[in-house]
Amino acid sequence: MTLVAEQASVSRIMFQVLAALVPAVAVYVWYFGPVILVQLGLASAAALLSEAVMLRLRSYPVEPFLRDGSALVTAWLIALSFPPLAPWWLTVTATVFAIVVAKHLYGGLGNNLFNPAMVGYAVAIISFPLQMTRWSAPTALAAVPLGFAEQVAYVFGGGLPAGLGLDAVTLATPLDTLKTHLALGEAAGDIMKMPVFGFLGGEGGEILALAYIVGGIWLWRQRVITWHVPVMFIATVAVLAAAFHAANPAQYAGAPLHLAGGATMIGAFFILTDPVSSPTTPRGKLIYAGGAGFLTYVIRVWGGYPDGVAFATLLMNLAAPMIELHTQPRVYGQRDSGRSGGGKP
Amino acid sequence: MRKLHSFSGGIHPPEHKEQSTREPIAQASLASRLIVPLQQHMGAVGDPLVRKGQRVLKGQPLAAAAGAFSAATHAPTSGMVSALELHPAPHPSGLLALCAVIEPDGEDRWTEHSPLDWRNADPQATLARLRDGGVVGLGGAVFPTAVKARGNGRPVDTLIINGGECEPYITCDDMLMRERAPEISRGIEILQRLTGAREVVVGIEDNKPEAVAAMEAACGASAIPIQVEPVPTLYPAGGEKQLIKVITGREVPSRGLPAEVGVVCFNVATVYAVYRAVELGEPMVSRVVTVTGNVHAPRNFECLLGTPVGELAALAGPCVDTDGFIMGGPLMGFPLPSDAVPVVKATNCVIASSEALFPKPPPPMPCIRCGRCAEACPAGLQPMDLYWFAKAHNLAKAEEFSLFDCIECGCCDYVCPSHIPLVQYYKFAKGEIRTLAQEKETADRARRRHEFRQYRQDREKQERAARLASRAPGAKKAPATPEALAESQEAE
Repeated sequence: MTLVAEQASVSRIMFQVLAALVPAVAVYVWYFGPVILVQLGLASAAALLSEAVMLRLRSYPVEPFLRDGSALVTAWLIALSFPPLAPWWLTVTATVFAIVVAKHLYGGLGNNLFNPAMVGYAVAIISFPLQMTRWSAPTALAAVPLGFAEQVAYVFGGGLPAGLGLDAVTLATPLDTLKTHLALGEAAGDIMKMPVFGFLGGEGGEILALAYIVGGIWLWRQRVITWHVPVMFIATVAVLAAAFHAANPAQYAGAPLHLAGGATMIGAFFILTDPVSSPTTPRGKLIYAGGAGFLTYVIRVWGGYPDGVAFATLLMNLAAPMIELHTQPRVYGQRDSGRSGGGKP
Repeated sequence: MRKLHSFSGGIHPPEHKEQSTREPIAQASLASRLIVPLQQHMGAVGDPLVRKGQRVLKGQPLAAAAGAFSAATHAPTSGMVSALELHPAPHPSGLLALCAVIEPDGEDRWTEHSPLDWRNADPQATLARLRDGGVVGLGGAVFPTAVKARGNGRPVDTLIINGGECEPYITCDDMLMRERAPEISRGIEILQRLTGAREVVVGIEDNKPEAVAAMEAACGASAIPIQVEPVPTLYPAGGEKQLIKVITGREVPSRGLPAEVGVVCFNVATVYAVYRAVELGEPMVSRVVTVTGNVHAPRNFECLLGTPVGELAALAGPCVDTDGFIMGGPLMGFPLPSDAVPVVKATNCVIASSEALFPKPPPPMPCIRCGRCAEACPAGLQPMDLYWFAKAHNLAKAEEFSLFDCIECGCCDYVCPSHIPLVQYYKFAKGEIRTLAQEKETADRARRRHEFRQYRQDREKQERAARLASRAPGAKKAPATPEALAESQEAE
């Protein structure tokens, strides 16, 4: 053990990630109402509680591991990728599943093969697709904006105020809207004139994307993440979207919608950058992010789900160990990659 | 100015070097007794040349060099050998080593010694002088200098003098260069002649401007062209492989020697010892040691080998809360089992430690594969993978992922946010692999011996049977020799 060490710790890294999410949370509150704070609280409580129970069951010291902040990161990513009006039990179920199954049953912090937050998201969207696609309309666009109390009441199963249908308070996401209307034979250019699309990628959504970029760049400056994954992921999505749009503008939306809409930016800076479930080698990160960008675009455009980031992440998680094995950097004094073996000691 | 290169990784730990460079090198006072391990080098160790109770003079050999891959050990002062016994050596485990304990008589009287006219002498005589003078690499590896300097059949074009001294707290090479640059440049001339290198470069980290200036002045006055090259301060730029890369752009092959890429590298303190052994005829009996850390007056001391660390540290006035001593720097050094262990040739620094100076690290957390260790690794390894394999005792995998290219510099430990003692895992895995290889070798030898024994027993049985058969009635006269026996068997 060296006698001196850099001021660094796992909890410092995790709390830096949480801090980098704060701008996005602020934007979320501004555009979609403060109910997101309730979702964050619900997910955080569920994550910390299930983490504590699992640590106790696995005979690990509870306090130092609760303080590492990793469960909170999972919780926040789940809350931010869920519809703000998702019923409380859905948020809690997804979070508990993420912590108990995806994290602890795979060996806990540092050992999970899959990104826990994305496992939670996948479980929710496969099991409860209806609830997962009902996004509250941005306050500016809702036919009847819900007050904070009414939003909270809805989340906790209280139903909507008398005379209001769900359609009055929710909207499909821009990516979902595009898909539905394309299926009806409309042209992409006309569909995107609808108010839900905002300037680039969705009313509110585009500012949210900007907030994720701001937080992500700060994380990069803090040396918590490297440039490889965000740059490669964003570039792949952008190039694919631009190419298909150029080939057939009526059928395919352009790069701005794909970058500003959906989970592209939270995925690029906060989800795919999870070090545990992604490759660590520089070349490996590029391949991983490129693959995730490709899969995200494919699932969005031709798949059955409104967005593809979660499934793209999980599929690339599966490939991460193999990618890492084949992208070992060259070691000092060796001709080829680090997996050389070498002679006898 | 030559074009410099860079190695991957590296860290910038706080240097803490200014404390021990305010005062010039001081002469350490004579210790009450000197404990001199007979082996202070890599390689074979000779039998003791002294007995208990014998009087010795300063510089008198205690053990001669044993064979080509060895170096001698000498009495650091005059006095009486009070014991030849096992004594804790400066080693993390408190390993015992055979030591000569010398009670100084206070006269510090030299044995007869004479300079060598190395410019006109046979290089073999100069090499023998280095070996018999006990000169070994003082940068830490204590490799016999004569072995390195004789070239071993590989042509060397570049001689690099390592004044990097990149580890925090350590300043003994810095002070040596500041104060004794002319002597070092004489030592460089000797080594240049021995190695036949065309190009001579002194690499010094650019955080030592005084040393650079002193060496430039001394080397400028030298009879041979010597370049003094300030290199960017980046730990471990003073590592041999890293300095060679920075200065020449060449990489020492994995598990190979610098000579394979035409380079040979000596530490400045070694070069100074070469000068003393050859030009003054003084075998290696002392060295400069930095005493720093939790002490009132940190500085460098010229210290006789064998001085107990506690007595040396006392000269710098350890603070009352000192809880132990580190030999070496804070990244590659190790805590000493006791302050009674002696200063040896490999001792460049003694750091008094305290809880306030080096707080205990928090308990390790699981590795989250953040990759900071890989960014910091100067060997280009993936330390988190090696840790994983070492922890799982998957030694074959660890070796496959180049475990033996790890130079144990501690960069990965330094940056790890999970506070995992990574280098400890690598040292353990290397030790296990070496032990297994040795066990396999031993087992192979035993098997070969066993097989030969069986073969011999079978043969003897056959011979006996043949003899009996030949003695039986009606048989031919028994053949007298085994050859004849074989012939008769072939005939049948």
